[in-house]
Amino acid sequence: MSNYEIVIAGFGGQGLLFSGKVLAYAGLLEGRELSWLPSYGPEMRGGTANCNVILSDTPVGSPIVDHPNVLMVMNAPSLDKYEPAVVEGGKIFLDSTLITREVERKDVEVYRIPATQMANDMGIPGLANMILLGAIIAKTGCIKEEGIEDALKKVIPARKMDLLGSNLAALNAGKEYVA
Amino acid sequence: MSEKVLMKGNEAIAEAAILAGCRHYFGYPITPQTEVAAYMSKKMPKIGGTFLQAESEIAAINMVYGVASTGKRAMTSSSSPGIALKCEGISYMAGADLPGLIVNVQRGGPGLGGIQPSQSDYFLATRGPGHGDFHVLVLAPSSVQEMADLTVKAFDLADKYRMPAMLLADGTMGQMMEPVELPEPKEVTADKSWAVTGTKMERKHNIVNSLYLKPTELEEKNIERFERYKEIEEKECLWEEFMMEDAEICVVSYGITARVSRNAIIEARKQGIKVGMIRPITLWPFPKKALLLAADKVKSFLSVELNMGQMQEDIELAIQCKRPVGLCKRVGGMIPSPEEVLNSIKEANK
Repeated sequence: MSNYEIVIAGFGGQGLLFSGKVLAYAGLLEGRELSWLPSYGPEMRGGTANCNVILSDTPVGSPIVDHPNVLMVMNAPSLDKYEPAVVEGGKIFLDSTLITREVERKDVEVYRIPATQMANDMGIPGLANMILLGAIIAKTGCIKEEGIEDALKKVIPARKMDLLGSNLAALNAGKEYVA
Repeated sequence: MSEKVLMKGNEAIAEAAILAGCRHYFGYPITPQTEVAAYMSKKMPKIGGTFLQAESEIAAINMVYGVASTGKRAMTSSSSPGIALKCEGISYMAGADLPGLIVNVQRGGPGLGGIQPSQSDYFLATRGPGHGDFHVLVLAPSSVQEMADLTVKAFDLADKYRMPAMLLADGTMGQMMEPVELPEPKEVTADKSWAVTGTKMERKHNIVNSLYLKPTELEEKNIERFERYKEIEEKECLWEEFMMEDAEICVVSYGITARVSRNAIIEARKQGIKVGMIRPITLWPFPKKALLLAADKVKSFLSVELNMGQMQEDIELAIQCKRPVGLCKRVGGMIPSPEEVLNSIKEANK
């Protein structure tokens, strides 16, 4: 295992903090060292939002991710902001339905996934975040796949537990897209 | 040993307070600490406690005064501008020798400032937040685990020394989630024979009051209080040392900046720079002795904080100006990157 410094960024309302929480809870269940830090403040639905997740084998120092080795982006302004910050050899996962421009960096791995379109086609609009997350988990191994369902059960509020299946389907779709 | 759970720092404070036997919370919303109040509003009614959103910050602290005088554990929480409003009540609590917990999840100032993390209330907290000669205990958590542990500690120390305690956190510590092992629930065992609980015609009246019109009596009260403070400074200082064994530069930092500094120190060590850190956990009492001892071993100190150099002054006082004390700072809601701290360490190493 190695250390994952992850930035998840996009518009408020896209489920970015939720995606980060799934990783954090999966890390907790694996007994890893971890931190989860959201942007907070005057953000609202439609404004920019992000969260930083660190999954590590050693105690986490600063919870602030300045140089992510995994970047998940769901809008163009976030790609503009975080593309230069990604470490050399890092991985960028972007929603190509929402971000039309190419990634300029040549020293990073880029996965373009039409997550919003896929979610709409699957009849699960709003779960594009989980499609991207499925791709991230498959391509980085940052958390173990077998722990995801238990993590989801911790993160999804009880009153919305009927959406567990859709979340798992979305994760799987993302995984298959990058397979 | 309980299982580790994932919680926001603000939620960990609230849950730990309940486990420490606090059943009375009074607050008023303000970013970035509102999760404390939100958690209390859900939990307190279920366990027979009181959650009350007061009409103002001042009302909330005076409700804490009221409950504290009956000997029960009570708390309030706010962020910087709200804490400024509470200062009147905190001073009254100090003057009446009442224990209680005030949580300050700091944001940038002065004025309404911003809502991003800051440590600019260092002076306000450590010099006695309010009018008159007094101190409050000031504890500065640097992890979600410490948000929980130091909440319990703050209640215990406040009861032991009959004085208010402040948990001095910042927006990052409040908002971040980390695995935390919650403390065991406990009974409050402190002697509260001074509390106003009704005499049942069986004892003399207890009086909780901060008004002393006879100067001789008020002077005596102040002097007695400072005797207690002296004892606290001797017995209750908490700090953590990191890579200090052979250090030539001593970083001093608390809260979120101690974590950033930790990253910078690990990197500096890779580059062959002998640097370590003393992390104060209590800011009042300030770990003066530990710093003075370090002054005999290191060449210089570096204060890393989110203000214009408030703790830097305390370090200079603690080490009696024996060594230069540099400053690495960001303010207004900004946090230095590990690279910025590393650059300051390199500068100090020249």
